[in-house]
Amino acid sequence: MKKTTAICATLLAGLMSTAALAETIKPAVVYDFGGRNDRSFNEAAFNGAQEFKERTGINYRDFEIQNPSQREQALRNFARRGMDPIITIGFAQAAALEKVAKEFPDTRFAIVDSVVDLPNVRSIVFREEQGSYLVGMLAAMASETDTISFVGGMDIPLIRKFSCGYKQGAKAVNPDIEIIENMTGTTGAAWTDPVKGGELARSQFARDSDVVFHAAGATGMGVLQAAADEGKLGIGVDSNQNHLHPGQILTSMVKAVDVAVDATLTDAQEGNWSTGVQVMGLAENGVSWALDDNNADLINDEMKAAVEAAKQDIVSGKVEVHDFMVDNTCPF
Amino acid sequence: MSKGQLPRWVDFGLLPAINLIAAFLVSGLVVILIGENPLEAVKWLVWGALGYGEGVGFTLFYATNFIFTGLAVAVAFHAGLFNIGGEGQAYVGGLGVALACLAMDQFVPWYVTLPMAIIGGAAFGAGWAFIPAYLQAKRGSHIVITTIMFNFIASSLMVYLLANVLRPTGSMQPSTRGFEEGGQLPLLRHLFPAFDLGQSPVNLALFVALIACVLVWVLIWRTKLGYEIRTFGANPNAAVYAGISPVRITVVTMLISGALAGLMGINEVMGAQARLLLDFTAGYGFVGIAVALMGRGHPIGIILASILFGMLYQGGAELAFEIPTITRDMIVVIQALVILFAGALEHMFRPAVVAFFDRFAGAKAVA
Repeated sequence: MKKTTAICATLLAGLMSTAALAETIKPAVVYDFGGRNDRSFNEAAFNGAQEFKERTGINYRDFEIQNPSQREQALRNFARRGMDPIITIGFAQAAALEKVAKEFPDTRFAIVDSVVDLPNVRSIVFREEQGSYLVGMLAAMASETDTISFVGGMDIPLIRKFSCGYKQGAKAVNPDIEIIENMTGTTGAAWTDPVKGGELARSQFARDSDVVFHAAGATGMGVLQAAADEGKLGIGVDSNQNHLHPGQILTSMVKAVDVAVDATLTDAQEGNWSTGVQVMGLAENGVSWALDDNNADLINDEMKAAVEAAKQDIVSGKVEVHDFMVDNTCPF
Repeated sequence: MSKGQLPRWVDFGLLPAINLIAAFLVSGLVVILIGENPLEAVKWLVWGALGYGEGVGFTLFYATNFIFTGLAVAVAFHAGLFNIGGEGQAYVGGLGVALACLAMDQFVPWYVTLPMAIIGGAAFGAGWAFIPAYLQAKRGSHIVITTIMFNFIASSLMVYLLANVLRPTGSMQPSTRGFEEGGQLPLLRHLFPAFDLGQSPVNLALFVALIACVLVWVLIWRTKLGYEIRTFGANPNAAVYAGISPVRITVVTMLISGALAGLMGINEVMGAQARLLLDFTAGYGFVGIAVALMGRGHPIGIILASILFGMLYQGGAELAFEIPTITRDMIVVIQALVILFAGALEHMFRPAVVAFFDRFAGAKAVA
């Protein structure tokens, strides 16, 4: 009896201490144009915050911006209300964050996908080209026609970063491989147009491609659907999309935005907050290729060994994956 | 006042008010449907737009955009031309503004840059409207179709320029570099510290917009060209018999319309962002159509409609901020309902109101 009481007391104390900690932070998340349900980048951030909430019971507030002027406004609104830490999602928020973070030097901020060099900002950037390199290798190994393809959302630097790594990886396996590349559009709608994504993929299949990688947000749903319909292989992006069409998605280039958001919130809550730049590459498990039950049959041992070896080489620096952002060119 | 006509105050005041109330009632139903209190929603919307200095500032800032695009649509409308291309013209106009700022900001103060930026924005916006205008005037290609298509060409052009040409190396953001002091319009909160405008981006472009309103009024109702524009809009055949060249009127009107849309860049690019951003137009060009319809093509009406839409934008953001279940998509629904009732269903209540006033007038005549 005494023992039970003791256990109960310990449990209670434990609960109370979490409750006490739980009151210490009031996090907020600001999404960019895509919004929290974009099935891609912003949604990954939402999932990370959601995971943190479920684990700790700490609620957070969020906001989806609608026009460029709201970026600063939303950050300031949250900061004024004492929200802390405030996480901004997307490179487009950098200019707004730089301004607002200076106005609120005691508030902790974080930004995903860009670098803001201020003492109260944590910047999280991903090495998308490294993960894309690995899925490019897999695509080249899986292709029987020696032709693979890429569907991007909009022709912006971030998407070139994906495509350049993909090309380099594919060419590392097969220097003569043909790579077809298409962008969906030039307006914000390019990220939310699955019909057009499907059309682009089908036209690429008509030109002999049999593996297609998308970096196009919700547009990619159409790309993956078209690949599944035509018996070709798709490659998912940002989150693990293998389950969408089991057996017909070769792999996914996972960009762990959810993990990064969750970790940032956890660090703030547990007092491990740090600022500066966090680079999330293969070495940090920030990007990776997805292998699970859904695609196990598509990846043979030889492919797996080759990719894992390449991963080691990239981590050790033996293989240098070209970053489009360094010189704005892609030599592949 | 003849039968079937309405007094001006009814046409310009009462009818829009009835439309607006209907829109808000339906919006209220939608809010109830998602399980929120509509009165609470209205409270946040109005408070967010007008309740505090920063909110007022943001409302006026958005209104400035809408005045420019609303005037652009209205001018074309007076000539019977439906310019749907305000979005693209504003986008390319922003490029003109940005180029002027990029070229001059390091060397001269803002008041030297401003005239050049105005010329740049107007010229680029007008230039973007010229080809659809020419095709309409000379080839009969319908201006609705061509201006819509030019919106897409504009965004393609801008993505290309921002991602490849104007972007500083190493920056992920498809935008130009930020302008120095000489390329930034002073914010009203710095010019008039007595008014509490918070951190809002409302800037000197508001006055540029108001001047544009006066000039448009003078143009349409006090000049020969304006008379020709209105004649051509009322009856193109009669205008031709009166010796008005349809080609000239179409092209000139569209150039003026495009120039006005292009000036929106003064507010957004030179005023608020101090850089040229991807998608900075954010749909303001399309809202301009609703603003022009609601404002009955008259500058005063456009100013009022712009303030209303400014309130919807700013109050809507505040509403989405305060009540998380009302997402920004809900705000778009509410805005769409206002546009639907004020623009598309403009004639829904009119017959009833006309009948009411006819009876009223009839009774007075008998008495």
